Amino acid sequence: MTDMSYLDGNMLDGPLRELFAVDLSGATGRCESCGTVGPMAGLHVFSHAPGLIGRCPACSEVMLRLVRAPDRAWLDLRGSTYLQVPLPMDQPYPRPL
Amino acid sequence: MVSDPTPRWYDCRVGIVSPGFQGRPRSAEPALPPGQYLTEDFPVLSAGPTPRVPLDTWEFVVSAEGGAEYRWSWNELMGLPQEAPTVDLHCVTRWSKLGTNWQGVSLDTLLEGIDTAARYALVHSYGGYTTNLPLDDLRGGRAWVAHGYDGGPLPAEHGGPARLLVPHLYLWKSAKWVRGIRLLVDDKPGFWETAGYHDYGDPWREQRYQGD
Ligand SMILES: [Zn+2]
Repeated sequence: MTDMSYLDGNMLDGPLRELFAVDLSGATGRCESCGTVGPMAGLHVFSHAPGLIGRCPACSEVMLRLVRAPDRAWLDLRGSTYLQVPLPMDQPYPRPL
Repeated sequence: MVSDPTPRWYDCRVGIVSPGFQGRPRSAEPALPPGQYLTEDFPVLSAGPTPRVPLDTWEFVVSAEGGAEYRWSWNELMGLPQEAPTVDLHCVTRWSKLGTNWQGVSLDTLLEGIDTAARYALVHSYGGYTTNLPLDDLRGGRAWVAHGYDGGPLPAEHGGPARLLVPHLYLWKSAKWVRGIRLLVDDKPGFWETAGYHDYGDPWREQRYQGD
């Protein structure tokens, strides 16, 4: 297996849909390590591993770890500063107090 | 209701799954840890790109809890007493591979003469991977820095130039591309241990995930 052994972040759609009500396929993330902002679909995902590892396409640091047990899942986002999730305009939303 | 106990986000069935297992009578089939299947392949698992570490810059560093560092270059590692363990491998993704042949240096040799009261070890690798285990599990002829496999140099995809080999624990503890070990007074969980996997990882007690 070579350095090209990763998949693109689109493969995260299904696994993340299992955890979240919102669709994260259109989300944007910021790399904690290098500050690059980009689509989740742009992550390099290593899947031949005990979990899924999403790495920054710019600096290759780990931005996301996803571990699935039969009855539980862990999502580790310590390498991501934020996830920006697109939401529809026409829905009420909580405003800052 | 879980119909398939296998984590489904990756395909761990890289190897041959054959209950018939040609070549050996059923009565001679060895016992496997619970939940494991036998493979003849050597599946490649990796959390990232394969690091390429030139031997002339490779080093292995043990740092004691007080800050003292003990370093070995590649040539110094080769100058230490060499062992050739034959061991069984058990990966948490459920494959087991039996009777694998390695060449390397025992951690007993490397830790000899290092003055420490630490009870824990945090192993770190070229490429950034980490994993933790009790220091005692690196002692007693149970752990090696392995640089050879099946009579040849350890291929990079399997962790070469050198990897940790701790076969009595799940294989994620046998860090590929090993670079050093920090001896710690307090346990510090590593890459997978902070993301749901078990802190110790004994395959015979099926310690896969936290709380198992
Ligand atoms: Zn980055």
